[in-house]
Amino acid sequence: MTINEIQDELIDDFSFFEDWMEKYEYIIQLGKELPLIDEQYKQDEYLIKGCQSRVWLHAAQQDGKVVFTADSDAVITKGLVSLMVKVLSGHSAEAIAKSDLYFIDQIGLKEHLSPTRANGLVSMVKQMKLYAAALQAQA
Amino acid sequence: MEQATALVSFDVQRVREDFPILSRTVNGKPLVYLDNGATTQKPKQVVDAIQAYYTDINSNIHRGVHHLSQLATDAYEITRRKVREFINAGHEHEVILTPGTTHGINLVASCYGKAFVKPGDEIIISAMEHHSNIVPWHMLCEDRGAVLRIIPVTEEGELDMETYRSLLNERTKLVAVTYVSNALGTINPVKELIALAHRADVPVLLDAAQAIQHLPIDVQALDVDFLVFSGHKMYGPTGVGVLYGKEKYLEAMPPYQGGGDMIKEVTLTKTVYNDLPFKFEAGTPNIEAGICLADAIDYLNEIGLDRILAYEHDLLEYATERMLEIPGLRIIGTAKEKSSVISFLVEGTHPYDVGVILDKLGIAIRTGHHCAQPLMDHYGIPGTARASLAMYNTVEEIDALVAGIARAQAMLV
Repeated sequence: MTINEIQDELIDDFSFFEDWMEKYEYIIQLGKELPLIDEQYKQDEYLIKGCQSRVWLHAAQQDGKVVFTADSDAVITKGLVSLMVKVLSGHSAEAIAKSDLYFIDQIGLKEHLSPTRANGLVSMVKQMKLYAAALQAQA
Repeated sequence: MEQATALVSFDVQRVREDFPILSRTVNGKPLVYLDNGATTQKPKQVVDAIQAYYTDINSNIHRGVHHLSQLATDAYEITRRKVREFINAGHEHEVILTPGTTHGINLVASCYGKAFVKPGDEIIISAMEHHSNIVPWHMLCEDRGAVLRIIPVTEEGELDMETYRSLLNERTKLVAVTYVSNALGTINPVKELIALAHRADVPVLLDAAQAIQHLPIDVQALDVDFLVFSGHKMYGPTGVGVLYGKEKYLEAMPPYQGGGDMIKEVTLTKTVYNDLPFKFEAGTPNIEAGICLADAIDYLNEIGLDRILAYEHDLLEYATERMLEIPGLRIIGTAKEKSSVISFLVEGTHPYDVGVILDKLGIAIRTGHHCAQPLMDHYGIPGTARASLAMYNTVEEIDALVAGIARAQAMLV
């Protein structure tokens, strides 16, 4: 599936939620299920700066695709992070760098993308694209 | 639970009627505003006064010869007089109107620093300070080659006064400490602190940003040398604050910003600075905020700071009791003397997650390090969730907070 196809599927999934509680319960569940990042990557150098919760992000090249793993110590953040990984991981560096992440707004979580100090999502998206751009340049 | 007297006798619903924003909804729920440590809401008396300023007398101050400028100037200086009375300063010219607390502290760090601090001198602050009362001192020390000494904080969130005593020496040039901690709610023993410093011939700056709206302050009784606070945390407008300084220090300090209003005479080769307080008030200030700070002071005086203190004390006690009923909830900051702040952690959760869920329930709290990273490091925690109370919060709102925390806990753990 392309990045946009994944986004559209998520938007569809989220349309079934009746209220904020169901939505957040699902995100919390995702957060609890997200495979933990390899312990060796829970270091300062993989920390995304500028968040209230700690977010670790690791990127690697695999068969010409960029693979992300991530973790956070706040479970809602972790859930949102797992959505980002679901959408962006396993695609070419070029596709990631070019991507427009419209799903966050469309599933009603726009406040988590606002550039306040509180959330690292903006920083994380930036970092994922930076990694993609860097890997693209290396290729 | 038996209700403490002040909770019953303080007419909080009457007060709430003066604050239109308190009847709005957030995410479809009634707003429960518990982020007063960040900023307070404004009574319509202040809101109306701001509008009236712009519709009736808007004009630049201290400059004009025309009628409106006279009205605006008079109104601005009335604020200065009312601030002097509010904190019982000795002279009006000891009251400097600033953009806020942070500006005031930076002013003292810069100007007192230039006048009095030499390489090898020491500045004492505490480990519970807000960044605004840490960073300017870092900058001063770097700039003047001085050394920063830190008063440690106990597990309960009180100052380690024993160590403080030992830190004072002949190289100490200033002690800068918070009156009330924004992160813990601790009320520091400022009289003792000041007395000890003065015995060592050292002046003291108090950060009163979280005290001015909760406790009556008398700067002469405290004998404090510098005091700073902001209007927006005492039900006044954003963009104005106060630096109180003893005349003898303010006279000896060079100006902070240069420009209009702070001069007596300017030629191309030199400048003669203006007298106090104008020496430290360069340029056009936030005029409407300065003028309408007087309305906030009037409002507080009408209610009475003593009655506010009694009510908030009982409300804090109620909130503390109720929150401790929640299993797994830990309060950070358990000093014997506290004011209006409850910082907490819920076991198995991150404060950010709790804050997000409470927000969905219309409850506004603050999460994170509260601009006190060193303090959070001291406790080894990423941050806390903080509820900070004001005189318009109610028992029912505390109940809503407690129910909200329980709900968040159920969802997250």
